[in-house]
Amino acid sequence: MNEVIGFIIIAVGLVFDLFGCIGLVRMPNVYTRLQAATKCVTLGTCSILFGVLCITGFGPTGVKALVCLVFVAITSPTAAHAIARGSHKFGIHVHKDAVTDKYAEEIDDPSVVSSGSNDQEEGETL
Amino acid sequence: MGRRIGTFVASFIVWCLLAYPWSEAGGWDWQSIIVGLGAAALVAVILSDALALRPAKFLNPVRWFWAAVYLPVFIYYCIVANLHVMYLVLHPDLPIKPGVVKVKTRLVSNAARTALANSITLTPGTLTVDVTDDGYLYVHWLVVESAEMKAATEKIVERFEGWLERIIE
Repeated sequence: MNEVIGFIIIAVGLVFDLFGCIGLVRMPNVYTRLQAATKCVTLGTCSILFGVLCITGFGPTGVKALVCLVFVAITSPTAAHAIARGSHKFGIHVHKDAVTDKYAEEIDDPSVVSSGSNDQEEGETL
Repeated sequence: MGRRIGTFVASFIVWCLLAYPWSEAGGWDWQSIIVGLGAAALVAVILSDALALRPAKFLNPVRWFWAAVYLPVFIYYCIVANLHVMYLVLHPDLPIKPGVVKVKTRLVSNAARTALANSITLTPGTLTVDVTDDGYLYVHWLVVESAEMKAATEKIVERFEGWLERIIE
């Protein structure tokens, strides 16, 4: 019984991972790609690890999976945050028709913001 | 000193979970435990300043109770976020309206702000870009609903702030 539940959870996790990867391809620039990658891949990977825990129970493998689950859940959003901040400091703009960019207005160097209209292509290739 | 002991105990517990030094027959793997004690002591000596683990706060059962209540709420938002991303990715027109908004938090401690930023990142359509020392967060929003600070704070921050204030602050 536990095995069936575990395999179902692993399958759901794989579906989330798949959609994260499709998002990585379809989204237009680095920030939106990070959004898709972080959310879907974190929950997908955590589901796979939780499925492993369901199948093996609290043995050596299951406990390791649980510890990995906690670490992935903590480090993955932190890494995404670091990448987003780094790209913004590097001068990649949010989107060509972004609604608002308070960060560029208040933190970045104003000259970077004003000269940035043609940087969008660069952002798209990254 | 309390901080060092807290770091030592926490690292030793993580070591035990990873190395799993007891077998099915009920025997202990002393070799693994001794190495683990040494490694945990090393971590406690070197990193006790980096890990702000205060035992009095960490062992408070009220905080653990609220953490246990918060976990299902967080998982619910996480699944909603995934379904939201799935909808956007599968929609042929890709209906995104991205932007970076500024929000304010009343949380003070570093640990609480980290937890808030991570919670925001894993929930629907939002990604924390930066946190300033005076309590402002810059959040990348996939579908911006309002660029104004007050309305954005209500939508993004307030659903977690109350919980995290009880758990970590």
